Amino acid sequence: MKTRTIRVDYMARVEGEAALTVRLKGDEVVGVELRIFEPPRLFEALLRGRSCFEAPDITARICGICPVAYQMTACAAVESALGVEVPADIRTLRRLLYCGEWIESHLLHMIMLHAPDFLGVDDAIAMAKLHPERVRAGLRMKKAGNAIVTALGGREVHPVNVRIGGFYKAPSRSDLEALLPELRWARDAAADTIDWMGGFEFPAVDHPYDFVALRHPEEYPLCEGRIVSTSGLDIDVRDYDSRFVESQVAYSHALQTTLDGKSIFCGPLARFHHNFERLPAVARIAAERVGLRPPCTNPYKSILVRGVEVLFALDEAIRIIENVSSPRLPFIQAPGRAGTGFGCTEAPRGILYHRYTIDDEATIADAKIVPPTSQNQRSIEDDLARIGKALAALPLAEARARAERVVRNYDPCISCATHFLDLRFEIVA
Amino acid sequence: MARKLKLAVWKFASCDGCQLSLLDCEDELLAVADGIDIALFREATSAVRKGPYDLSLVEGSITTPGDAERIQHVRRISKKVVTIGACATAGGIQALRNFGKYPEMLRVVYARPEFIDALATSTPIADHVAVDFELRGCPVNKQQLLEVLKAFMHGRTPSLPADSVCIECKRRGNVCVMVARGTPCLGPVTHAGCGALCPTYERGCYGCYGPSDAPETAPLARRFLAQGVPARDVRRLFLAFNPVADAFRTEGMAHED
Repeated sequence: MKTRTIRVDYMARVEGEAALTVRLKGDEVVGVELRIFEPPRLFEALLRGRSCFEAPDITARICGICPVAYQMTACAAVESALGVEVPADIRTLRRLLYCGEWIESHLLHMIMLHAPDFLGVDDAIAMAKLHPERVRAGLRMKKAGNAIVTALGGREVHPVNVRIGGFYKAPSRSDLEALLPELRWARDAAADTIDWMGGFEFPAVDHPYDFVALRHPEEYPLCEGRIVSTSGLDIDVRDYDSRFVESQVAYSHALQTTLDGKSIFCGPLARFHHNFERLPAVARIAAERVGLRPPCTNPYKSILVRGVEVLFALDEAIRIIENVSSPRLPFIQAPGRAGTGFGCTEAPRGILYHRYTIDDEATIADAKIVPPTSQNQRSIEDDLARIGKALAALPLAEARARAERVVRNYDPCISCATHFLDLRFEIVA
Repeated sequence: MARKLKLAVWKFASCDGCQLSLLDCEDELLAVADGIDIALFREATSAVRKGPYDLSLVEGSITTPGDAERIQHVRRISKKVVTIGACATAGGIQALRNFGKYPEMLRVVYARPEFIDALATSTPIADHVAVDFELRGCPVNKQQLLEVLKAFMHGRTPSLPADSVCIECKRRGNVCVMVARGTPCLGPVTHAGCGALCPTYERGCYGCYGPSDAPETAPLARRFLAQGVPARDVRRLFLAFNPVADAFRTEGMAHED
């Protein structure tokens, strides 16, 4: 049997390290393996023996792109174990902080990593020569998101101001109000960016994914909600482990998640699917202007949905700041007690789940962390399997570029999932 | 016009946060791109040009046999190597595995540890190859990162503060969190660079920039203990984000878990 192996050592414009192998026999795809070889950092193990109060700062280090997501989820889980419920004003400030991360993370992906695919260029720097005003606006919007994280958290990457029970120091009203002019500019710029991206050419792909996201009774979900799926799942966060299963495959350092044995799809498309009516009018109108409404099952259009979510996050941040009053206390004291707690929040890339068991000295006895990219891993493999035949017919460089595009639709954060991409096609002739 | 600096950005075991700091330089990014030839930066661009490189920025620590070989290759094809961040400079949080329980830790995360090809330790880049400059922080400070790039563009040594967080804090005019509120703070023994961020946010410094030059860790630890901080928490403070930096490792291990 003749075998042709096409190998790509690293995948560009994804955050982390992974490899992809597509095995073809004639026209048939006989196997797809997304091999994540990001070195394992063993967070779930190194958390054992640490204080539960350290969980937000330690787990932030899983991902430099979405540290707030880790901090918010760790807080939710530890606070559920300790039986603490934070007051409404602290909850609102957490939502504001999370909006900041969504804005900067989504813009990083949309403008610097994803848009170059639609424009046929290598990177944002090359794009800046073709569309200087778009790149400049994208960077300026991103900066507005970073400014929220910095104002509330002290710095963009690994903010220092988040703690179990709230914040170390409450922001002043004037510090937050100072953000408003730039956020209002960014809200208009985001609507304009969505219109521009609406003119991109989107490959016609449609697949009945099982979208999994949080759903909240009134809000577009960030920090809380029930876990729902297109297949009819509707569960409390504490029941996550009874339905979602993580398993290890020989070729990858990242664990793979399934729901009832099947692949799932989380992230912007899934949130949009389950929560469209909870978007503010400004975001719904912008979506409909580019023909976007649920069900949207074209993963290439995730760039548009990210745009809509940026618009939502900017609008939400403005609304929060306009109505904010500095909390009476920046945090509430959490009493030490033994127990198990569960947290699930919407990271920019999809649902992030944490579970901690804590002993009566506030020490973590057991930790489980499931990042969005490991939940999407199977779905990425499914998408690649579906285009396997087409890939086989393409010249090498084109096949590689096309496979990379499929992966980038998911904005995979591979640092998270093992906590990169060597792309390999094995064509079995 | 002077020749552009040919830059490569490499990633080892890390969270991507330090290289992201480069992408977070929204105002400076396009200007920086004018003076620098970004020849390899996988997180930002599909364009890849071969070495040798004038400057390699290295993020992350060495945790796999493959990476131990790859860093040798990086050194061979780079005129200057600069480590960015706590992982590359001091092993990172993942170096907590070095404290004796690696096989057990692997079993906690993976049902089939035999599929995992990793080392029992997480080690800084300087343990493997000669490093020309180490930039501290978890994550690095982006202004400092820009200073490093500018310095290497002009062939000079980066001009960065070498004192402690405590000195930065005093310059900022903060009220001392330890004196006023009894909050344990690693500021006196931690390398400057963040601008005393944590005390400014009314919490104690947790040492994410690693030890300052000649840090007096023992008297500080005695002070924590005298204030009623349990030995276990003193150990946790030193053994966290820079656990294999000598001064922090020694002090941390002097206190019982």
